[in-house]
Amino acid sequence: MSERQDPVTGIEAPIYLKYNFTAGAAPARFLSQIRKGVLTGQRCPRCEQVYIPPRGSCAACGVATEEEVVLSDKATVESFTIVSIPIPGNPIQPPYIVANLVADGANISFIHLMSECVNEEVHIGQRVQAVWKPEEEWDYAMDNIRYFKPIDEPDVPVESIGTLPVSGWEG
Amino acid sequence: MTDIAIVAYHQSKAVSDVGACNEVELIMPVLTEVYRQLGIANAQDVDFVCSGSCDYLQGAAFAFVAGVDALGAVPPIRESHVEMDAAWALYESMLKIRMGHAESALIYGFGKSSPGELPIVLSQQLDPYYLAPLWLDSISLAAMQARILLDAGRISERDMAEVVSRSRRNALANPNAQLAGDISADDVLAEETYVSPLRRADCAPVSDGASAMIICTVEKAREWGVPYALITGIDHRMETHNLGMRDLTDSRSTRLAAEGAGVGAGKVDVAELYAPFSHQELILIRALGLGDETSVNPSGGVLAGNLMMASGLSRIGEVFNRIIAGEAERGIAHATSGPCLQHNLVTVVEKA
Amino acid sequence: MMANLAAVVGIGQTKYTTKRHDVSIAGLVREAAVNALEDAQLSWDDIDAVIIGKAPDMFEGVVMPEIYLADALGCNGKPMLRVHTAGSVGGSTALVAASHVQSGSFRRVLTVAYEKQSESNAMWALSTPQPFSTHLNAGAGGYFAPIIREYMRRSGAPYDAGIKVAVKDRLHGARNPLAHLQKPDITMKEVEESFMLWDPIRFLEACPSSDGACAMVIADEGLAEQAPRPPAWIRGVAMRSEPTMYAGRDEVNPQAGRDCAGDVYRQAGISDPRRDLDCAEVYVPFSWYEPMWLENLGFAPEGEGWKLTMDGATSLDEGGDIPWNPSGGVLCSNPIGASGMIRFAEAARQVRGDAGDHQVEGARLALGHAYGGGAQFFAMWVVGADKG
Repeated sequence: MSERQDPVTGIEAPIYLKYNFTAGAAPARFLSQIRKGVLTGQRCPRCEQVYIPPRGSCAACGVATEEEVVLSDKATVESFTIVSIPIPGNPIQPPYIVANLVADGANISFIHLMSECVNEEVHIGQRVQAVWKPEEEWDYAMDNIRYFKPIDEPDVPVESIGTLPVSGWEG
Repeated sequence: MTDIAIVAYHQSKAVSDVGACNEVELIMPVLTEVYRQLGIANAQDVDFVCSGSCDYLQGAAFAFVAGVDALGAVPPIRESHVEMDAAWALYESMLKIRMGHAESALIYGFGKSSPGELPIVLSQQLDPYYLAPLWLDSISLAAMQARILLDAGRISERDMAEVVSRSRRNALANPNAQLAGDISADDVLAEETYVSPLRRADCAPVSDGASAMIICTVEKAREWGVPYALITGIDHRMETHNLGMRDLTDSRSTRLAAEGAGVGAGKVDVAELYAPFSHQELILIRALGLGDETSVNPSGGVLAGNLMMASGLSRIGEVFNRIIAGEAERGIAHATSGPCLQHNLVTVVEKA
Repeated sequence: MMANLAAVVGIGQTKYTTKRHDVSIAGLVREAAVNALEDAQLSWDDIDAVIIGKAPDMFEGVVMPEIYLADALGCNGKPMLRVHTAGSVGGSTALVAASHVQSGSFRRVLTVAYEKQSESNAMWALSTPQPFSTHLNAGAGGYFAPIIREYMRRSGAPYDAGIKVAVKDRLHGARNPLAHLQKPDITMKEVEESFMLWDPIRFLEACPSSDGACAMVIADEGLAEQAPRPPAWIRGVAMRSEPTMYAGRDEVNPQAGRDCAGDVYRQAGISDPRRDLDCAEVYVPFSWYEPMWLENLGFAPEGEGWKLTMDGATSLDEGGDIPWNPSGGVLCSNPIGASGMIRFAEAARQVRGDAGDHQVEGARLALGHAYGGGAQFFAMWVVGADKG
């Protein structure tokens, strides 16, 4: 007589794969600049919109973005969320703010953290500026900017977000 | 079934490591070239786009989403993707044209295999409970298949070496080849074995690259006014995943696909076969019933450069090129997927 | 050239749940496929080709899983195709399957979509750390929450429109025995007091993570006419894609979604979707996407989608004129790769009149909708009780 056994409902089969990740030629140029503490975008030769971080093409036109444009480290909040759960593998403690920000001189938002702010007072159109890590910690990474913090400038009207020149916002 | 025309094709040079290039940077140049062949601007000028790629090659989910950035998809386009070789993207595109929802389609495949360890990555295609945990890599499985063929006396190591020699010599005339050279079968046999009984030269190299093709109705091809060839048959068949249940010395699914595609209906001048291992070319030649009148892998085939997720499409493109060049009137192209030729697609391409 | 007529003649689903410990991945897809074959009173030999779809391979850690699933789906000697278009894949897969028949190439095909999320960690797969980039991708919710916030700003919708959807879809799901979440007693207060995950998305305003599979048999006109159950005739099919990010992109009301809807309505002869359709199964993974898609899909003017929601127009329980997600939708069951196909299949069930307790009375024409990526890939079909 065979003994009754609990059915097998799972096995552990961890998968380890090693990759030599490359960012891409256009992102590499961007990363080389941010290594030096400079935010850059790349302009589409066809529609002239400025992309940050550049990923290799103007996604709208499907053409390579060659021309490099130095951007401001001031930006405008396009939208945001207050996150109450931790990110896997990230030490940031919730609640924290993840925002879509458009740097002055760029036409598209990127995602970054906001801090030194009252979470409940963050709003669309708000002006912010990068808080950089100490220079000796700079690497080929967006993380060179620790976060963005609010600055004392008037809000940008929604219809103007994504159209500011690199010189900034006069209000 | 309506015949469908191939009107443009291009493949990047197969290289062992394309370096800093990302997906979109890999794709854009081949797209630009097929657009140039037709005198069109971008994907807005075709009715449908379909691509083939595999996330695990680069190790990031949604690798194909970046591909859309290469298309100029504003305003939005009709677009789809298969997690398969782009030869199957071509298959999907043909259905779209035949149902009358498109007159033309752009197909592209891309693969950057250099960042990972391809044979190990492919081990994770296997049954996740019984086989994948054993990390059976693709080369070892192919080596077992070769051993069965050798022991059964179906082929000899010299037959395999001759496949390699022909590939390397043919590849001398292929500017996109990664491996080419005036190498004899004796030279190959002088090499030490790698995964017995396979030598390194019996295995396709790991390559980075992309290829693209544009197909359309015959009416649209005439409107574009470019030379074109006709896809007169296409079929693909799957086989059991259980290697123990398959006759690994044969490719039953290739036979079925060849029958479905109508390979036997005429003389085959040229055949481009997706055989990542030399002995698999011998299996395929037999399964397809090819004889001496057929020039096999005049491009060098994938032993000369293997663009994962694009090589199947490239085989069709290579046959197209022979026909347009006037070197052949009728040819067949083969694509494969899975361990030991589990899934096979056969296309018949003819002079218009 | 017109597409050949095709119809859904069999539908099979699994029960959706957090963890299906009792089946392997192969067992899960086979269960749905066998259910679809039984529904159609067919056997494996009656199937000419199999079209399978799922979200990224990393969700389960199986590379190109059709290779392993060939046997479970009876594919030996048959064509098998694997579609992957991100979250819209369940819908796209059904469309690719339909094209096998609509092109006249095949008479009867099986299509299956699945996700066995319990075998891996989807949140991890969506947020694999890549060097160089900021590691801020807190799953799909972190991506969509700012877009929802922008919708709220633009439309001036009341703060509880999302809460209302969360309740409505869970009450619908309580009528559907296959739905993962069963919350027949859910209240607005319970949703409002649930944990704020990604402000403004609360825990109960987000979809669960499910295991499950969905399958359909699609046949040509001749075979569908002989089918034992009423066929759901495919009256329109459309797909659209746009890039994830480009300058000036409207992420709240993506043009790809609007264009896709316009295309599928044109094929089905629909001029006013709210009036002409009887119900819709729409991919709503976060509650606020109902008012957003009501506008995107033309059921309401821009900025007014929330009014339909608040008026109960989309609710079965409130006797609404255009029920959305009578099955409970993605908010009740979300096996990601299958979620789109479930929408398509549930639309078909409605026009076949076999949706059980969540049947919309007298439904003759229904929309199935799926989207994916950064709300950039869209797949839709319209199915009807009549050929049209």
